[in-house]
Amino acid sequence: MPQERIGVYVCHCGSNIAGTVDVEELTAWAGEALRHRGVVVARDYKFMCSSLGQDLIAKDIKEDALTRVVVAACSPHLHEATFRKACADAGMNPYLCELVSIREQVSWVHTDKAAATAKAKAVISGGVERVIHHAPLEPMSVPINPATLVVGGGIAGIQAAMEIADSGFHVYLVEREPSIGGHMAQFDKTFPTLDCAACILTPKMVSIGSHPHITLLTYSEVEQVDGYVGNFNVTVRKKASYVNSDLCTGCSVCEEKCPKSVIDPVFEAGLGYRKAIYRSFPQAVPKFPVIDADNCIYFDTGKCKACEIHCEAGAIDFEQEDQILELNVGNIILATGYDLFDARRETQYGYGRLANVFTSLEFERLTNAAGPTNGNIVLRDGETTPKSVGIIHCVGSRDRKFNNYCSVICCMQSLKFAHLVKERTGAEVFNFYIDMRTAYKEYDEFYQRVLSEGVHFIRGRVAEVTDVSNTPEEEDKLVIQIEDTRIGRQRRIPVDMVILSAALEPRHDSDEVAHQFGISCSVNGWFIEKHPKLDPVATMTEGIYIAGCAQGPKDIPSTVTQGAAAAARVLGRIQQKEMALEPIRAEVTEALCSGCRICNNLCPYTAIVFDEAKEVSVINAALCQGCGTCVAACPSNAISGTQFSNEQVMAQLHGLLMLNIMEPVVS
Amino acid sequence: MDTSVKYVRGPTTHDRTFLEEVIAQTPVDDPRLAYCVQCGTCGGSCPSGADMDYSPRELFAMIDANMREEVLSSNTPWYCVSCYYCMVRCPQDVHITDVMYTLKRMAVREGFSHESNAKDAPDFSETFIDFVENYGRSFELGLATLYHLRHHPLNAVRMATGMGFDLFRKGRMNLLPTRIENIDQLKAILAEAKAIGGNGDANL
Amino acid sequence: MQTYSYYPGCALERNAAVYHDSLMAVAESLDLTFTEVADWNCCGATEYITIDLIPAYALVGRNLALAAEQNCNGRSLVAPCSACFLNLKKADHYLAQSPELNRKVNQALAAGGLHYEPGSVHVKHLLEIITEDVGFEKVARAVKRPLFGLKIAPYYGCLIVRPVFDGTFDDAEQPTSMDTLMRTIGAEVVDFPAKAQCCGGHMTQISEAVALHLIHQLLKNAVDHGADVIAAICPMCQLNLDAYQDAVNKHYGTNFHIPILYFTQLLGLAFGFGEATMGIGQELVDARPALANIQVKPLKPVKRKRPSKTELPMPPKLQEVRSCLKNE
Ligand SMILES: Cc1cc2nc3c(=O)[nH]c(=O)nc-3n(C[C@H](O)[C@H](O)[C@H](O)COP(=O)(O)OP(=O)(O)OC[C@H]3O[C@@H](n4cnc5c(N)ncnc54)[C@H](O)[C@@H]3O)c2cc1C
Ligand code: SF4
Ligand code: SF4
Ligand code: SF4
Ligand code: SF4
Repeated sequence: MPQERIGVYVCHCGSNIAGTVDVEELTAWAGEALRHRGVVVARDYKFMCSSLGQDLIAKDIKEDALTRVVVAACSPHLHEATFRKACADAGMNPYLCELVSIREQVSWVHTDKAAATAKAKAVISGGVERVIHHAPLEPMSVPINPATLVVGGGIAGIQAAMEIADSGFHVYLVEREPSIGGHMAQFDKTFPTLDCAACILTPKMVSIGSHPHITLLTYSEVEQVDGYVGNFNVTVRKKASYVNSDLCTGCSVCEEKCPKSVIDPVFEAGLGYRKAIYRSFPQAVPKFPVIDADNCIYFDTGKCKACEIHCEAGAIDFEQEDQILELNVGNIILATGYDLFDARRETQYGYGRLANVFTSLEFERLTNAAGPTNGNIVLRDGETTPKSVGIIHCVGSRDRKFNNYCSVICCMQSLKFAHLVKERTGAEVFNFYIDMRTAYKEYDEFYQRVLSEGVHFIRGRVAEVTDVSNTPEEEDKLVIQIEDTRIGRQRRIPVDMVILSAALEPRHDSDEVAHQFGISCSVNGWFIEKHPKLDPVATMTEGIYIAGCAQGPKDIPSTVTQGAAAAARVLGRIQQKEMALEPIRAEVTEALCSGCRICNNLCPYTAIVFDEAKEVSVINAALCQGCGTCVAACPSNAISGTQFSNEQVMAQLHGLLMLNIMEPVVS
Repeated sequence: MDTSVKYVRGPTTHDRTFLEEVIAQTPVDDPRLAYCVQCGTCGGSCPSGADMDYSPRELFAMIDANMREEVLSSNTPWYCVSCYYCMVRCPQDVHITDVMYTLKRMAVREGFSHESNAKDAPDFSETFIDFVENYGRSFELGLATLYHLRHHPLNAVRMATGMGFDLFRKGRMNLLPTRIENIDQLKAILAEAKAIGGNGDANL
Repeated sequence: MQTYSYYPGCALERNAAVYHDSLMAVAESLDLTFTEVADWNCCGATEYITIDLIPAYALVGRNLALAAEQNCNGRSLVAPCSACFLNLKKADHYLAQSPELNRKVNQALAAGGLHYEPGSVHVKHLLEIITEDVGFEKVARAVKRPLFGLKIAPYYGCLIVRPVFDGTFDDAEQPTSMDTLMRTIGAEVVDFPAKAQCCGGHMTQISEAVALHLIHQLLKNAVDHGADVIAAICPMCQLNLDAYQDAVNKHYGTNFHIPILYFTQLLGLAFGFGEATMGIGQELVDARPALANIQVKPLKPVKRKRPSKTELPMPPKLQEVRSCLKNE
C-alpha cells in the first residue's frame, strides 16, 4: 500500500500542450498506471494556472486528503511559485508540490503526437517518483539592512539613489570619477525635446550632493563584496584626492595655477585639456578637485606645489592616502553605464588618422557651451566652421565584427546632431543610415522635424571615409564613399567633417564587476537581468539590481525609468524588513566531509567557508542559492542539496525510465 | 515569349530556391548569403561598382527574389576584381566574393556568360585554364596574345608592338611554356575533380 | 637559419623573375633558406574558380599536398605572390571548414596518388615572414647602405590583407608592416592612404576603363604624397602599375613616371647588393633616376609646426608602430 496520496494535474495550456500531447489519454493513464505508486486523482484542465485550475487542486487537497501534488504544465521558472502557493493556501506544505514541464520539454519540442504523449507519461512518472521523497520545508527569513549601495553615479544611479533617499532610507553612492553625472553631463542638448542636459541634470546632482540620506563616495571603487541579500558587507576604496574636502571651498584657484595640462580622455572625450589638479567640469558634484598623481609634477619630480601655494584654505594635502571603507547594506543597485565603442577599430572610417573625423562623444563636447570650443562647431584646427558634414550611423553596432546589436540611441543622437549642425552652422548635412530606428514616444516626430530642416538622408552603410581624392572637388576633403541604396548607385560625397555615431558597449571591466557582485553578463557583455521581459531590473542574485545602460543600450528616459524601478524594488524589500529565502539549499554532512576544501572556491555565490576548528566546510544557508555545484564537486559525497538529494534524483530517473511500472522487457 | 506584364513574384513554393542553390554551390557550409540586410556596404566598397549593372547588394536581393536569368546575365560578377573589400566590411559577414565566383560558374554552366557586356571575361578565364590544364603553369604572353587575338584584334597588335613588346624585350615574357614534369598526374586529378564536380554543389 | 618551403608561382618564373632573384638574395642575407616545392603547378589565379569549383580546389590541393609531402619537419610554406598566397591559404582554410569539399577534393587528389590533410601546411606571405618571423631588428642588422632620403609608398594591394582569416597579420584597410620595414632600411615612408586598394587585377584584360581608373587612383595618390618609388609585394600589382602607367597617362592626360619596385629589390639595395643584381632596370618605368635620390645621411626630420593654440587634440593611434632602426 503506498504511503502517500498523490494528485496529478495535467494542463492543456490552451493548445500549447494539448495540440501536441493527448492530454485526456495522459490523464487517464496517470490515474491508472500510477495508482500503485499512490496516485489517487488525476485531472486535466485547460489552464491549470488560472484561479479555477488552482481551485481544482485546493479542493482535492482538502477533500481527498492529498499529501503530494504533481502538476504537469510549463517550466518551473514560470509557475512553480503559483502552484506551491495554491497548495499552501489549501493547507499543504508548498514544497510537497512538484511541477514537471510537458510544454518546454515536450509539446514545444516535438511534433509527433503519439511520441510526445509517451514522453509526457515518462515525465509525469518521474515527477511522481520524485515527489514521494519530498520533505516539508520551511522558508528561512533574513533581516534586511535598510541601507542601500548604488554603484555608478550616472543618471541611472542618481535617479535610483534619489528615490530611495527621498523615502528616508540611507544610500551610499559610489562613483569612480571625481564627479557624478556620467555621460549625460557631457552632452549639450538631449533628444527629442532638445532641452539642455546640464539644466535638467545639475539640479539633481546638487540634491544628491546635499542629501541628508546620501553618503556620496566619489573617486571611489568597490573592492570586495561579501554577504547576502539583506546583509552585504562592502569594501570601498576611496582614492586619495590629495585635497582635504573639509577645508576646500571649491574656489578652483588651484586649477588655474597648476602648470600641468593634460588631455582629458574621460569628460572631454579626448578633445580638450584639464589640469593635473582638476574637477571633471565646473558644476561637478562634489565641488572638490582631485590631483591626478600620475600627471602631477610634484609627484613626478618632487617640485612644484603651485596648487598648495595658492590654496588659501590650505586644503592641499600631498600626504593623503587611499581610504578603505566598510559598508553594511541590504541591497545593491549596479548602474555602471556604458563605454563608447573605440572607433579606431573600424579603420575604414579613418578615426585617429583623418583629423576631421570625430566620434559622437567628441561632437557632444564640441557643441557644449562649456566644452573646449565654447560650443562652436569647428574642424580639428579649432577655427574653421565646416560647410558640409556627414553623420554616419551604426559605427560598431549591428556589425558581427564588433557588436551584434543595435545601440538603440544613435539614430536619434544622429538626428540630434544633424539638427544642431544645421541650426548652428547652416552646413549641408548628410545622414547615412542602414535604416532609421526612431521607436519611442516623440522620436519619429523629431525625425519629421529634421526632415523638414533640409538634412539629406542617404540610405546605406558608408563603405569608407577617405582622403584619397580622384577629382579636384575632392581635394582636401573627406570623401564619403557609399552605395546610395535608394538608387543602387555608388556615390562619393566630399565633406569637411565626419561624425561617427559610435556604438554603446559594455564597460571594459563589466566582466570583473559582474563577478564581484555574483551576477553574470550576456554574450555581448551586458549585465543579465532576471527575466528579459518580466523582471528587467532584478538579477539572478537576490538583493542585486541593475539599472540603466549597464543592462543594455538605452536612452535617458528608459534609463531613468529603470533607475526608479530598481529603487522601487529595493524600497519594497526594505519595507518587508525581513525576507523569506527559498529553503532549497546545499548542506554539508560534517561526518563525511574530509576537509579537502574543493568546494570552497567553486561556489559561485561564495557561500562556503571553512571551519578551521572542525576542519570541515560549512555552507552559509542565506548565501547558498541551491545551484548544486558543490554537491556535484564533493569527492566525499558529503554535500547534498535539499530537494535534490541523490535519493530524489535517482527516484525521478527511475520513474522517467518507467521502471516503476513496466515489466522488464525480454527481447 | 510571353509579352504580358511580368511581376517579380519571388519564391512561392518550397522547391529549392535560387538562393538555396547559390548557397549550396558556394564553399564553406554557410556563406551567410541569407543574412544580407541590404545595407549596401558591399556596393559602396566595390572598386568596379560604378560599372556594374547591379550592385552586389541588388544582386543579392534579386537572388532572393528568384530572378535567375537577370542575375546570371548580369555583368556584376564578371566585374568583380576579387579585392575582398566588401567581404571584410560586410557587417553580416556574407562571403560576397565567394558568391560572385559561384554566380560566374553558374552563368558559365547555364550558358548565360555571354549575355552581359563583360562577355569577354569568361573567355579570358577559359583561355587561362587551357594553359593550366595542358602545361600545369600559366603562360603570360601566350595568354595575352591568344586572348587579345580572339577578342580585340587591334589590342593584340598594340600588345605586340607596345607594352607587350617592352615586356618581351626586357625578358619579362616567355615564348615557350614551361610544362610541369608530372602533368599526367595533374590531368588525372583534374579529370577526376570534374567528374565529381557534378551539379556544382560544394557542400552537398 | 630558418628553412621554409617555397612556392614561387608562375609570375616569378618570367615576368617577375627579378622578384624571385631579389628575394633569394635577401633571404640569404637574413639567414633564410627557401626550398622550392618540386613540380608545383599554377594556383589558378582568380580564373579557375570562375569556371569550375572542385577542379579549382584540386589544383591548389595538389600544391598543398606536394608541399606537405616534401615538407618533412612542419615548415611554413612561403608564397611571394599575393594571389598565390591567398589561393593556398584560403583553400587550406575552406577545406578545413567544410568536410564535404574536403572529401571531394581529396577524392580528386587520390586519382593522382595524393592526399592532403587540411591544416598541415602553414601558408605565409613573404612579407609576413620578413616582418614577423625575421623581425625588424634582424633586418636592421643586415642593412649596409640605408636608403636615406628615398621616399617610398608601400603598396600592399588586396589579397595579403583581405579577406581576414584568423591570424591575418596586418590591418585589412590601413596595414603598416611594410611601412615599418621600409623605415627600418632607412627610407622615408610617405603617407599613402590608398595603400591597400585594388590594382585592378585581371580587369586590364576585361574592362580597361575600370582597370585604368584604379591604377590612376593609386599612382595619383602616391605621387600626391611625394613618393619617389612605389614598393610592391605582388607581381600582379607590379605589372599593372608599371606596364599600364603609359596607358594611364594617355587616358588621363597625366604624366606619371613613378617606378614600381618589389620590396625585396629595395631590401636588397639596402643590404648592399648592386642595382644590377637586384634587377633594377627590368621595370618599364626606370627606377634609376629615383634611386639617385638616396642620400648618405638621413634627412633632417621635418620640424613639426607647433600646433596652433586653438587646435584640438587628435586621438592617439591605436598601435604606434615605430621603426627600430637607430639612425646614428
Ligand atoms: C553621443 C551620445 C549622445 C546621447 N544623447 C542622448 C540624448 O540626447 N538623449 C537621450 O535620452 N540619451 C542620449 N544618449 C544616451 C545616454 O547617454 C544614456 O542613456 C545615459 O547616459 C545612460 O546613463 P547611465 O547612468 O546608465 O550610464 P552612464 O552615463 O555611463 O553612467 C555610469 C556611471 O557609472 C560610473 N561607473 C562605471 N563603472 C563604475 C564602477 N565600477 N564603479 C563606480 N562607478 C562606476 C561611471 O563613471 C559613470 O559616472 C546619448 C549617448 C551618446 C553616446
Ligand atoms: S603640484 Fe601637481 S597638481 Fe599641484 S599645481 Fe603642481 S602639477 Fe598641479
Ligand atoms: S540606433 Fe540606429 S544608428 Fe544606432 S545602431 Fe541602431 S540602427 Fe544603427
Ligand atoms: S555588405 Fe553584406 S549585408 Fe550589406 S548589402 Fe552587402 S552583402 Fe548585404
Ligand atoms: S570583391 Fe568583388 S564584389 Fe567585392 S568589392 Fe571587390 S570587386 Fe566588388
